[in-house]
Amino acid sequence: MTTVDINIDSKTYPAKSRASEHQAIADFKLSLNPGEFVCLVGPSGCGKTTLLNIIAGLDNDYQGRISVGQQHASPKIGYVFQNPRLLPWRTVRENIELVLTEAADPSYLDALFDVMQLTHAQHAYPERLSLGMSRRVAIIRAFAINPDVLLMDEPFVSLDAPTARQVRELLMTLWRQRPHTVLFVTHDLREAIALDDRLVFLSSAPMQVVSQIDVTIARNEREDEVKVEAFRQRLLNDYPAIKTLL
Amino acid sequence: MQKTLTSKLIPGAASLSVLVFLGLWQILAMVLHSSNLPLPESVALVFWQACVSGELPYHLGVTLLRLVVSFVIAMSLGCAIGILLGQHKKLDAFFDNWLVIFLNVPALVTIILCYVWFGLVESAAILAVVINKLPNVVVTVREGTRTLDQDLLEMARCYRFSKRKTFVHVIWPQLHAIVMAATRSGLALIWKIILVVELLGRSNGMGYQLHLFFQMFDVASILAYTIAFVSVIQLFEVLVLKPLDKKSQRWRR
Repeated sequence: MTTVDINIDSKTYPAKSRASEHQAIADFKLSLNPGEFVCLVGPSGCGKTTLLNIIAGLDNDYQGRISVGQQHASPKIGYVFQNPRLLPWRTVRENIELVLTEAADPSYLDALFDVMQLTHAQHAYPERLSLGMSRRVAIIRAFAINPDVLLMDEPFVSLDAPTARQVRELLMTLWRQRPHTVLFVTHDLREAIALDDRLVFLSSAPMQVVSQIDVTIARNEREDEVKVEAFRQRLLNDYPAIKTLL
Repeated sequence: MQKTLTSKLIPGAASLSVLVFLGLWQILAMVLHSSNLPLPESVALVFWQACVSGELPYHLGVTLLRLVVSFVIAMSLGCAIGILLGQHKKLDAFFDNWLVIFLNVPALVTIILCYVWFGLVESAAILAVVINKLPNVVVTVREGTRTLDQDLLEMARCYRFSKRKTFVHVIWPQLHAIVMAATRSGLALIWKIILVVELLGRSNGMGYQLHLFFQMFDVASILAYTIAFVSVIQLFEVLVLKPLDKKSQRWRR
């Protein structure tokens, strides 16, 4: 479990063809405590994916500093992208084994497949999987490297409600066993309340932190839809500005 | 059931088409009754005699060796340069005009210049073939590299894939179909150029032999040598390229 400190002074996209230069992120500060599950909620296109890409080291064109843990020069980042991004020419298991730097302990991977209920599909090619299964594989891949921080970019988007709920429950089972620090992006406030310790609401153009709210429902009561809905209603009543950020 | 029937019918159709071709040839040769179009059996006899005497295997072997060497050089260099140009826009902008020039220089000009500058030697012959094929491979692979899935490359970067691992597991499988297309068009192009190279400046090989037969108007030998060469290329397609294709596409639905 690792502390993450995000300190971005500015992230600007240069002018391109007809689009003028625009500042995507400005004066953005956020700290994640070890083992904390934090959710970013903000309008579409406000820069959430840009932020995750910066933390993952995929975008280095910004001013500021990201520090993940103290001791690591090169932190291990598990990233669950919106699109699962599996190699279609490798089997599910090979996709997982490829991200490991050392030879995998088979029982370790077996356990991950078991929790995500994918033991039967580990030798199939990704093209034969449903979207929900592909998302679960992407989650296994992110957990498999034992990451310092886990980034999740709307991992349940375009799944039907029962499938999304199933994948969410499996994710929580896995996370309870391996409580990594997680930064999770979603538009769905119910989903955010069901999963996270802290909700971070963001504004757009440029993206800044508007408010941070701790989820006070006990972890073992998060699957109680009545309680989640009650919490959501209370949030929307107490902070009406949130409605404009969803 | 349908699939089994189709898989049985396809080889049958292929054999039938060869028989029809031979039949048409036979009829045409009988009607024309000219030494310019010998009967299939005369060509078969010439083919057999050339094989037994060892002449055909020798010249075929020499040409195939030249083909393999120039093909391997052109494909490896072409793939490397194509991937580089596809990934680096500035480099591509710099070399784009060079590529257009080399693509449009007639093969005959390159061959003549190589022989004039380097002499009638083996390396000049190989170089001439490589220069003719290289721009095609570069352009094909460059276009393929431009269409690489950036999402997968980002995934590889995020999960700290080494350069080798990224190439082997992420880039190469995406380029495979394009490289196979370049291989097929390359083989067809290279063997045609090699014959010209041999005809102009070598004293062995298929091109040299065909030149001799042309001087003697020996059409039967010309056809026998051509059939031998085309058969070898066809065998390569069936025994090497198609199994490679099948293996690399096994993940598809």
